[in-house]
Amino acid sequence: MTRNEIIEIVNEFLIEEIEIEASSLSEEALLNEDLGIDSLDFVDIVVIVERNFGFKIKPEEMANVKTLGQFYDYIEEKLK
Amino acid sequence: MKRVVITGMGIYSCIGTNLDEVAKSLYEGKSGIGIDPMRIEYGYRSPLTGIVERPLQIKELLNRRLRICLAEQGEYAYIATLEAMKNAGIDMDYFENNEVGIFYGNDSSAKAVIDAHTIAMEKKDTTLIGSGAIFQSMNSTVTMNLSTILKLKGVNMTISAACASGSHAVGLGMMFIRNGMQDMVICGGAQETNYLSMGSFDGISAFSTRIDEPTKASRPFDANRDGLVPSGGAATLILEEYEHAVKRGANIIAEVIGYGFSSNGANISQPSDSGSMIAMERALKDSNLMAKDIDYINAHATSTPQGDTFEAIALDKLFGSSFPMISSTKSMTGHECWMAGASEVIYSVLMMQNSFVAPNINFETPDEVSKNLNIVAQTKEKNIDIFLSNSFGFGGTNSALVIKKIK
Repeated sequence: MTRNEIIEIVNEFLIEEIEIEASSLSEEALLNEDLGIDSLDFVDIVVIVERNFGFKIKPEEMANVKTLGQFYDYIEEKLK
Repeated sequence: MKRVVITGMGIYSCIGTNLDEVAKSLYEGKSGIGIDPMRIEYGYRSPLTGIVERPLQIKELLNRRLRICLAEQGEYAYIATLEAMKNAGIDMDYFENNEVGIFYGNDSSAKAVIDAHTIAMEKKDTTLIGSGAIFQSMNSTVTMNLSTILKLKGVNMTISAACASGSHAVGLGMMFIRNGMQDMVICGGAQETNYLSMGSFDGISAFSTRIDEPTKASRPFDANRDGLVPSGGAATLILEEYEHAVKRGANIIAEVIGYGFSSNGANISQPSDSGSMIAMERALKDSNLMAKDIDYINAHATSTPQGDTFEAIALDKLFGSSFPMISSTKSMTGHECWMAGASEVIYSVLMMQNSFVAPNINFETPDEVSKNLNIVAQTKEKNIDIFLSNSFGFGGTNSALVIKKIK
């Protein structure tokens, strides 16, 4: 899966399922401060990622993932 | 002691999803009962149920976080509460600036529990259940969610008392206001209607199997009744201290003047004439009234052979000489279980406001006990000044409320 395909899938579920405004999605956007993703939302993102990409996010691997761009990177890395 | 009045009402049920629709259905004796095909597939003995549509407007009204924590019955409760707030002339700003409490009846949230279990069994990983399930699963799901959505700051709890939950919620709200502990309390009852919620109840053969005639299946007090029909939705009443309501220029709908309760201290599923009589007598005493002062009784009668008989015996003993008009609106709505005690107060207030007694439809053949009662089988034009509403539940919990017209 290419990075662009990952971005397309992630952005689609952030807009459709987590109900984040499309205009606020950028590589630099901070997941918590800019996009408003809190710990409960993240529980649902774990479920959605498992459904869409077939792997389970491990919270310890997310320690350094702060921006949406880093989140795309993390998924890209996991799918390699 | 302070006086307690109703200043707002809202209803979401199988006979209408607002007060006007429900008043019309009650007057016309319209049944809300139908067949749920999912129950046939799931292995129910009876697929009969009140048909309640999910409120589609929820998506426009609530953001995702609030929505995904809300179980089916919570959606009904929210819509009913919005109507009650409008009726009472209060909005979100009111809750922001005043301390308002909530007592709501609810005694299950089966679908959320079963859905979570299904995911865990399949994935073998609870972190894949999602974030909404816990807030939908708990018995207090309705009060937990409504207090968050409405930003309530007063007393906040769910009353779980089986099929008397909604009635006790109103009674407890009344007690809190009467004793000066709250000026306003949102009271009510909610009941889920999904097919996952009623399987075990169906399993004890409590439901009518008159499947070929759904609208005739719920027939309280009739000699040919063969069980109850489960149903649901939600009903909200805004209770308020009288002077507080007058001062804010609220529309005062009726006064809650008596609450009686008791526990049978006996069988888990069998009702009792003596236990229910204690609740009714206590409600009358609390109201400073005699049996003859009651114009109308909204009976608990669910259409089960045993339950209706015990209530009929109790009603005959207490009201035999005064002969008030009696009907069970469950003949039209089915048994709204955790919601019923609150919804039936609303049904009766609607009758009071529009001067009629709604019919106990399908009451065609009286039995040995019900023949002694003044059961209204067809809509009757009638001025109602004071009514009594009965609710009884598993475990022998009984509740009776007395409501008076404001003149």
